[in-house]
Amino acid sequence: MANKSTDLPILTGAQALVASLERCGVEVAFGIPGGAILPAYDPLYDSSIRHILVRHEQGAGHAAEGYAMATGRVGVCIATSGPGATNLVTPIADAYLDSVPIVAITGQVNSTNIGTDAFQEADIRGITMPITKHNFLVKRTEDIPESIKAAFHIASTGRPGPVLVDVAKDALTGSAPFDFEDELVLPGYKPTSQPHGRQIKESARVICRAKRPVLYIGGGVIKARAWQELADLVELTGIPVVTTLMARGALPDTHPLNMGMPGMHGAVSAVGALQKSDLLIAVGTRFDDRVTGRLDSFAPEAKVIHADIDPAEIGKNRVVDVPVVGDAKAFLGGLVESLRHEQVPEYTEWTQYLGGLKERYPLGWSEPHDDRLSPQHVIQRIGQIAGPDAIYVTGVGQHQMWAAHFLPFARPAKWLTSGGAGTMGYCVPAAMGAKVGAPDQVVWGIDGDGCFQMTNQELTTCVLNNIPIKIAVINNGALGMVRQWQTLFYDERYSSTDLDTHLVPNFPKLAEAMGCVGLRATRPEEIDEVINQAMAINDRPVVVEFVCHKDAMVWPMVAAGTSNDDIKIARDMAPEWEDEIL
Amino acid sequence: MSTQSTHTLSVLVDNKPGVLARISSLFSRRGFNIESLAVGPTERPEVSRITLVTTVDRVDVLEQLVKQLNKLVEVYKIIELAPNSVQRELILIKVRCNDTNRSAVIDVVGLFRGKAVDVGTESVTVEATGSSDKLAALVTMLEPYGIIELVKSGQVALGRGHKSITEKNRPALRATN
Repeated sequence: MANKSTDLPILTGAQALVASLERCGVEVAFGIPGGAILPAYDPLYDSSIRHILVRHEQGAGHAAEGYAMATGRVGVCIATSGPGATNLVTPIADAYLDSVPIVAITGQVNSTNIGTDAFQEADIRGITMPITKHNFLVKRTEDIPESIKAAFHIASTGRPGPVLVDVAKDALTGSAPFDFEDELVLPGYKPTSQPHGRQIKESARVICRAKRPVLYIGGGVIKARAWQELADLVELTGIPVVTTLMARGALPDTHPLNMGMPGMHGAVSAVGALQKSDLLIAVGTRFDDRVTGRLDSFAPEAKVIHADIDPAEIGKNRVVDVPVVGDAKAFLGGLVESLRHEQVPEYTEWTQYLGGLKERYPLGWSEPHDDRLSPQHVIQRIGQIAGPDAIYVTGVGQHQMWAAHFLPFARPAKWLTSGGAGTMGYCVPAAMGAKVGAPDQVVWGIDGDGCFQMTNQELTTCVLNNIPIKIAVINNGALGMVRQWQTLFYDERYSSTDLDTHLVPNFPKLAEAMGCVGLRATRPEEIDEVINQAMAINDRPVVVEFVCHKDAMVWPMVAAGTSNDDIKIARDMAPEWEDEIL
Repeated sequence: MSTQSTHTLSVLVDNKPGVLARISSLFSRRGFNIESLAVGPTERPEVSRITLVTTVDRVDVLEQLVKQLNKLVEVYKIIELAPNSVQRELILIKVRCNDTNRSAVIDVVGLFRGKAVDVGTESVTVEATGSSDKLAALVTMLEPYGIIELVKSGQVALGRGHKSITEKNRPALRATN
């Protein structure tokens, strides 16, 4: 019998790494080379993979996330050892909290030098242990193909998430037979995607007994691409829906049963739907504190059906009556099938009550007192002009919440935002990654002046790599959300939140310096003009600065640590729940 | 309502470097409490077995702990051992003694089925195994003589009866791509 390994090609570790990435279907990778990863960049030069040289590793990580969110595939980022790898920590943590499938490849010092505090050595496997779904340290050339294969499998199956593969330099320079066909053996990894039929039946039974059910829909429905099943279920049952920040667009906002976004800055109708409900049908969501407010007063009368692909999310924050472990698509599809044979009650009184809340407490804003722009109006106009087919990416803060309120959410998987981690600086690089993944779609970044200054250097990457994204800088001259808290909870003492961005930097000039088109609107009548100008430019990135009013606030608001019942629609103004209706 | 309870978990893991770090980092990050931890090889060289004793305030904390452990790719299987399982710790105690009371110390240790493993003019080192309660009782008995130094292993445990928790622990998973 011939020795199997003699029939296999002998490759260097670097070649094996690139060949493995190609076989995993990688078309694009974002990264920056450096000493330890350098061997891999040599075969990468000849490969079919498009490598986009970013300006900071954090940009590579967020770009990989943006690519993954826009395409539904695994995003890839590459960095060298030490600081290169540690610069990936923030986007990896971001991907972990928002369940984004990315694979991060990092170079590591020679295996013989590991542990000696060698030049550019950092224990990136140890550092990322708590923020990755799994990670590997590869010290032997022959282990490279299997590790890469396993990384892609783990990142993309079950609950998606980031996987890091740290490869020692001598593993890249060594040679070994290249075997990619070897069966992947992961005895400790068996995600359950098919929910138990009995639990689906039980869910259907509980739904038929409820009087005030609500579908509490999270980002898992987007990850599982289960929006059709959701629409079918809503159509069949008439159960109202709330979509969390991560699930915006899972059901069109124009749908009469969509009560909007719940949470700290949720719509009154959405928060009310949860608080007054007698049955939460939670799908692909994790009862995050930004949604529940004070946990002990969250949805106090509700039974809970909780379907999630991650069993550890079930019962983590809220006691569950019907636990369902499985994929959101399979669960919602199964529920539709099951309920077709049941007599689903009418929830008219309930939906009318919520419809009333929606009508009485619509999302809105008060116009600014100075001559500056209203940020909410700007964001709404971007959405209206670019339309529901554009991909929207945000930073974190006030502009993010306004974007979540006032953009046209009519299509799923068009909304990219940093939810769990709340990473300022996500917008520009994630928009870049999204545009690389979906080059034919318009990609608008809605960013704040604070966030923009954290990662805007990736616009240079966009210019040089023909990635024509559009970034709106909602410039209110301050770290707006923090300022809002100072207004409300710290006696208007604005400690270190004034960015003076009305003075410097000059955003259009900064954009021009990077090779983008830079525009600015300071007066209301200029808003549409600059948005239309930006829409007409497709050969390079555009940055549009909107000079906005500083004191605009995000409403409604549930103050941190308080009950959802204490939601305010404006300062010191609470909604009237009209409980007697129920 | 909080009712503290102690549980012994047997965790089968991949015998690879870094696995223990992963588990202890998970416990510290999620705020779970480890009372004792013992790790060693099993009858299969590629599998290690961790015996972990934890105290929780509520049963749902234990459930969450097990679920979080199960998410680790290198964890194969977790079993909670029944309270009646065979549970043992090893203790080594260096007790102060002299010619007059040495035999009294050794007598006490004998009652606990322990033995002297090192003897000097001013001390005797004894070893004993048993449940944590039994060893605690031994320590109490020896304290009046003066304990110079004491070391205790983590608890190891096996379920009673003929069954093994390692059976059927490795169904091969195929890549789906």
